Amino acid sequence: MMDLAHQAGALLLAWFTLREYMAIRRGAVTAIMGPSGTGKTTLLKLIGGQICASAGTIMVDGQNISELRIRDLYELRKRMGMMFQSGALLTDLSVYENVAFPLREHTKLPESMIRKLVLMKLEAVGLRGVRELMPSELSGGMARRVALARAIALDPMMIMYDEPFSGQDPISMGVIVSLIKRLNDAADLTSIVVSHDVPETASIADRIFVISEGQVIEQGTPDALMQSQKAWTYQFMHGESDGPVPFHLPAPSLASDFLGEAE
Amino acid sequence: MKAIEALGRRGIDFLRGLGRAGDLFLRMLLNVVDIFLHPRELTGQLYAVGVLSLLIIAVSGLFVGMVLGLQGYYILSRFAADAMLGVLVATSLVRELGPVVTALLFAGRAGSALTAEIGLMKATEQLSGLEMMAVNPVRRVLVPRFFAGIISMPLLALVFSAVGIYGGYFVSVGLMGGDIGTFWSQIEARVDFRHDVVNGIIKSFVFGVTCTWIALFQGYDATPTSEGVSRATTRTVVHSALAVLGLDFVMTALMFGDD
Repeated sequence: MMDLAHQAGALLLAWFTLREYMAIRRGAVTAIMGPSGTGKTTLLKLIGGQICASAGTIMVDGQNISELRIRDLYELRKRMGMMFQSGALLTDLSVYENVAFPLREHTKLPESMIRKLVLMKLEAVGLRGVRELMPSELSGGMARRVALARAIALDPMMIMYDEPFSGQDPISMGVIVSLIKRLNDAADLTSIVVSHDVPETASIADRIFVISEGQVIEQGTPDALMQSQKAWTYQFMHGESDGPVPFHLPAPSLASDFLGEAE
Repeated sequence: MKAIEALGRRGIDFLRGLGRAGDLFLRMLLNVVDIFLHPRELTGQLYAVGVLSLLIIAVSGLFVGMVLGLQGYYILSRFAADAMLGVLVATSLVRELGPVVTALLFAGRAGSALTAEIGLMKATEQLSGLEMMAVNPVRRVLVPRFFAGIISMPLLALVFSAVGIYGGYFVSVGLMGGDIGTFWSQIEARVDFRHDVVNGIIKSFVFGVTCTWIALFQGYDATPTSEGVSRATTRTVVHSALAVLGLDFVMTALMFGDD
């Protein structure tokens, strides 16, 4: 298993079965896409060790998540950043304090140093000017950018994005799309983006895994997946309403339903 | 058959909940050091849980004491025993009403707020966020609140009793023209510090642990939706009230059984 991880140059490997695995390359933006309720967020929680896998193995940087002791897991999490769908900012702290929070918790840096780091991180997401605001005063897009600044506060090796584009107006969507790409390249991060917004994700991802019901349906570069011959992938990537995932959910025939026979 | 199955399921769910609550209790106790590492968290919570509950506790105490004074006076004066009014008010407040009513009010005022706060933090992924920042939410969020509750409750109960005694004093001396010297000297002579006051403090300490534990557990265990949080808040108040009244009976039997 370790050999395989080495070969692939992967930071993270997720085994579902012995034959099927997901290898996420260091330094790349990897997208995990699939319809709602298919286990994308669950996968992120598994990677972060927030829930335990009932089967399969997840290796992050050579360490098996489910076999780690709590202390080692927390140590590993310091090197992982995560941006939640809602931002998950601490509502009783200001923007500045939110970004400073991981630094204060995990380092013994002097206040002047923390200030410089926080301002640098906020500058990177373009929100240095709103550092005194409270999270409730931010728009959804701004809250996510602050969350992003907080996620990179400790300079992690990887960062996970949970549905970063959902419910955003076009401008803040564009901002977040370019931020993810820029940060990934500038800070030498490994990014995992979980999303179902096809065009935005395809524009920045180096590699996409399409999953459904806990299975990897197909993987490849965005272009390859766009031209995929697989009916399921085609339907998903092009947003067709009918295909392998039917428009009509199973139901008795229309005639018998109208006549009341189905009751 | 279905009914038996449902009964069994409820029993298992109940025991599982108890197990999770016990697990949380232990984890909070094991992380007690954190309140010394982050004393500002504790003082902040002492303010939110304790100081902000002062008004409702003091006002309720005043009225409970006044009502006790009135009712006590009506009955005692029939037997020409109104000299004992002070003792009646003070004993019932210090032994029973102080700890119990304070705990019930605390569950309604501070307990429900704790549950809603923790539940909402869970619903808005703040607790998950802390975990992913390698910060233990039990340690950082629950422990200061837990100990703030434990410290606040006995103090609030003492305030309740003290204000209540003044309420009784106001009615018996101010309103009914009782003798001021008799009122205080009878209290001094017949209310025992160890037997009455200390036992009352022990009671409110136990209620403090129970109510805060229930409130925090319900918030931490809540279904992370708006409906889930509102249900958890209701459960906090109901469970706390039942636990307080049940425990009070047991403790009263143990403490004052040989009177």
